[in-house]
Amino acid sequence: MNQPLLALTGLTKAYPGVVANKDVSFEIAPGEVHALLGENGAGKSTLVKTIYGLVKPDSGTMTLNGAPYAPAEPRAARASGVAMVFQHFSLFDAMNVAENIALGMENPPPQREIAERVRAVSDQYGLPLDPSRIVGELSAGERQRVEIIRCLLQDPKLLIMDEPTSVLTPQEVDILFKTLRKLSAEGTAILYISHKLEEIRALCENATVLRLGQVVGTCDPRETSARDMAELMVGSALLVPERAARPTGETVLSLQGLSAKAPHRFGTALRDISIEVQKGEVLGIGGVAGNGQDELVAALSGEMRTAKGMVNYQGQSISQLGPNARRKIGLLTAPEERMGHAAAPDMSLTENAVLTATTRQKLVNKGFVNWRKARSFAEDVISTFDVRTPGPQNTARSLSGGNLQKFVIGREIMQTPDVLVVNQPTWGVDASAAASIRQALLDLAAKGTAVICISQDLDELMEISDRFAALNEGRLSDPRPAQGLTVEEIGLMLGGAHDMEVAHVDV
Amino acid sequence: MIMLEKRAQPSRVWTLAAPIFAVLLTMICGGLLFAALGKDPFETIRTIFFDPLFSEFAWFYRPQLLIKGAPLVLIAIGLSFGFRAGIWNIGAEGQYIVGAICGAAVGLAFYPTESIFIFPMMIAAGVLGGTLWALIPGILKVKFDTNEILVSLMLVYVAEQLLASMALGALRNPDGMGFPGSRNLAKYDSATSWISENAGMHWGVVVALIAVIFAYVTLSRHLFGFNVRLAGQSPRAARFAGVNPSTLILICMGISGGLAGAAGLFEVAGPAGQISIDFNVGYGFTAIIVAFLGRLHPIGILLAAGLMALTYIGGEIAQSNLGLPGAAIQLMQGMLLFFLLMVDVLSNYRVTFRRARVI
Repeated sequence: MNQPLLALTGLTKAYPGVVANKDVSFEIAPGEVHALLGENGAGKSTLVKTIYGLVKPDSGTMTLNGAPYAPAEPRAARASGVAMVFQHFSLFDAMNVAENIALGMENPPPQREIAERVRAVSDQYGLPLDPSRIVGELSAGERQRVEIIRCLLQDPKLLIMDEPTSVLTPQEVDILFKTLRKLSAEGTAILYISHKLEEIRALCENATVLRLGQVVGTCDPRETSARDMAELMVGSALLVPERAARPTGETVLSLQGLSAKAPHRFGTALRDISIEVQKGEVLGIGGVAGNGQDELVAALSGEMRTAKGMVNYQGQSISQLGPNARRKIGLLTAPEERMGHAAAPDMSLTENAVLTATTRQKLVNKGFVNWRKARSFAEDVISTFDVRTPGPQNTARSLSGGNLQKFVIGREIMQTPDVLVVNQPTWGVDASAAASIRQALLDLAAKGTAVICISQDLDELMEISDRFAALNEGRLSDPRPAQGLTVEEIGLMLGGAHDMEVAHVDV
Repeated sequence: MIMLEKRAQPSRVWTLAAPIFAVLLTMICGGLLFAALGKDPFETIRTIFFDPLFSEFAWFYRPQLLIKGAPLVLIAIGLSFGFRAGIWNIGAEGQYIVGAICGAAVGLAFYPTESIFIFPMMIAAGVLGGTLWALIPGILKVKFDTNEILVSLMLVYVAEQLLASMALGALRNPDGMGFPGSRNLAKYDSATSWISENAGMHWGVVVALIAVIFAYVTLSRHLFGFNVRLAGQSPRAARFAGVNPSTLILICMGISGGLAGAAGLFEVAGPAGQISIDFNVGYGFTAIIVAFLGRLHPIGILLAAGLMALTYIGGEIAQSNLGLPGAAIQLMQGMLLFFLLMVDVLSNYRVTFRRARVI
C-alpha cells in the first residue's frame, strides 16, 4: 500500500468537563474520499479543526506525506495543502465573487487574473460560477461553489468538507458530487463530514465513525447499509418511527392567498400561498432555507399579522390575532431558532415553560405567574421527552442543542394542540433524539392533531409526511401525496419548476 | 495568556460579589486619585464612606441619607424596568424636572388655601408631568423608530430651559422682590412633602419604599415583570411569547417617567422647597449608576442608593473639611459604574491562564 496522505495517531483533545477527542487514529490515502461520521457532539468538528490548525491537540501526532504535521494556524495548514469548506460561509454579501476570493488570499493577484482563474477552475470542475456576480444575489449552492473554488485555487491535496449538502437541493448535490469525484480522480483526498448516510454511501470509499470522541468503527460505506452505520453512530438499535395509516378528518386550518411583504431587508416575501390542512395529517413543507420558512411560521404563529381572511382556523379568520390568542384556540408553533426565539437562553427551563404555556396550562392567575405550577409543567416536559438536564432550574443555554429542541417541541406537544407548526424540528439534533421527536409528531397526528412540519431534511419529510409541498421564493407548490414521490420530482418541486413538473410527471 | 471563557450559567457568587468588589476597587483608585491631589487618601476615604455614619456629627448626617437616597431609589426603580427590557431612558433628569414643575404649579395655584386634597393633587400632577415627558421619546421610538437614548437625553436640556423660564417667569414668587424662584412649598402646610424634617422623613421616602416592594413583586411574580425580563434578554422570544414591543416601550417609559416625576415633586415640595434655576442636581443621572450598581434588582437598588447617598454626603464633608474639589467626587461616582461594568465580566466569563500558543 502506498504511503498515506494524512495519518492521525492517538489524537486527544479535552475541554473542561468533556473529552472531545480520545485517542483518534486513522489514515487517508491520496485521492481517497473518506467519510467522518458521528452524531452531534461526537467530536467531528474538533477533529477537523485540529487538522485545519484551529485547535491544538493535547496529545497525539499527525503526519502529512510522511512528514510530521502540526499546523499552528489555518494559514500553515493551507500552506501544507489542506483546505476546508465550512458549513457556514465566510463571504461578504456586498462584494462580487472575485473580490471575495481575493480577500482570502495572502498576495492576491489583480482582479482580472483572479476572474480568469475562477472561470478556468469552474469550467474544469463543472461548477458554473460568474466571477463578477455579487455574492448577496447568489443562492446557497452558488455561495458554496465560491468557497469550494476559493479552496481549489490553492491546489489542495486534502479538501475538508463540513456538512456540505445541508443547504443544497438534490440537483445541486449531484453537481457537487460530480466535482468531488473528479477531484478525487485527480488525486485530491477529500474528508467528508456528514450525518446523511445515503450520501456517504453514494460518495465515499471509507468511513470512520466517531462516538463520544472515540473511533468506534470503520467501514466501507458502499457495502454497509445505512441502518448499520446509523447504529454504529448511535451505539444502539435505532428506532424508526412507526407510522399508522391515519384517516384524515375535516379541515382545521386553511391559508387563502396568503401574501406578505418581506418583514426585513434579508427576508422573503410570501406570495399567494393557499393550502388546506386536515385533522390528523402531517403536512411536510420542504425547501432550502431562506425561501420563506421563517415568514410562513411567523404568519402562522401570530408574530406577523396578515390581511383578514388569509389565515383561517375552523372557518374563522385569525389573521389579525396575536400569538397568545392563537394558542388559546389551539394553534401552537415551535420556531426553528431555539436560542433566542423558541427559548430565552439565559432563563431557566421553568421560565421558558412560561414563555408559551401561560394560556393553555393556566400558569397565570390574575396576572400573577404560578411558579410552582410552571415548575411542575417544566418537569413534566423534561421527564416525558427525556430532556437530559439536572432540573428545570437550569438555564436553556446550558442544554445541548438536541436536548433543548426536545424541550421546545415537548413544551408545545404537552399542551395538546389542535394544529402544531414545527420548523426544522430535528435540525442539529442527534439521530436518536431526532427519531423520538419524529415519533412524538406522528403520535400527535394519530390523536387527531394537524401537524405542519417545515424542514430541509427531505428524508425526514418523506418519513413522516402524508402530503408534501415545497416552498420556493415564498411560493408554495401544490401539495402531493408523499408516498411514491421520487427524489427527482421533489427536486423539481424544490427548484420551483412547478409548471415543468406537470409536463414531466404523471400525477 | 489570559483567556476569557464563557460560563454555561452566570456565576451566582460573582453576581453578588461584583458590586462589593467594584466598591473596593473604587476606594483604592479613588484613594490614589486623592493622593495625587495631595490629600491623605486614607483620611479622605474615611471621610467619604464612614464619617456620615459613624462620626460624632453622624446624628446630623444620617437624616441626610434618607433625603438623598429617596429620589435615587424612586428614579432608579423606574429606570430598572426599562433597562431590563432593553429600553434606555437616559433622560430621567428631565422627567424629574418636569414632574417637579407640574406638581409645584398645582400647589402654587392653590396658595394660600389649606386643604388635605392639595398634596395628593400635586403628586398626581408630578407623576403625570414626568410620564408625559418620558412618553415623548417613547412615542417617537414607536412611531418613527427614533433612538430613545438621544431623544430622552436631549429633552433633559429642554427641561432645564423650561425650569429656568418657570423660575424666572410663570412660577416666580410674587412676594420675592424680583428674585428668581417660586414660593417655598416646604413652608406651605398643605403642599409640603415633609413628615418630619428633623428625621429626614418626607413622603418621597415612604413612596420609595413602597416602590421597592411593588417592583420586587412585579418582577418576580407578575407576568408583566416576566415579559419585561424576557424582552430584554431575547426580544424575538418575547414577540413569540405574545409581547407587543410597542406597548412594552410605552409602559416602561411611562413607569420610569412617572416615578422620576414623583421624585421631582417630593423634592421640590420638601428638601428643595422651591422651583429655582438650579433645582436639579443630577439625581436623574446618578440614578442610572444606582440602577446598575443594584443589578437592576429592587433590593439591590435600595442598597446602591444608600451607598450613592453616602458618597454624596461624604463628598460634601470632604469638600468642606478637606478642600477636595467637587469634580473629584463626581469622578469617583463615575468610577464606581466603570468598575462595576468591568467586574461584571467575571459573572459571565471565567478567567483562565494558558500558555501562549507556540507558532
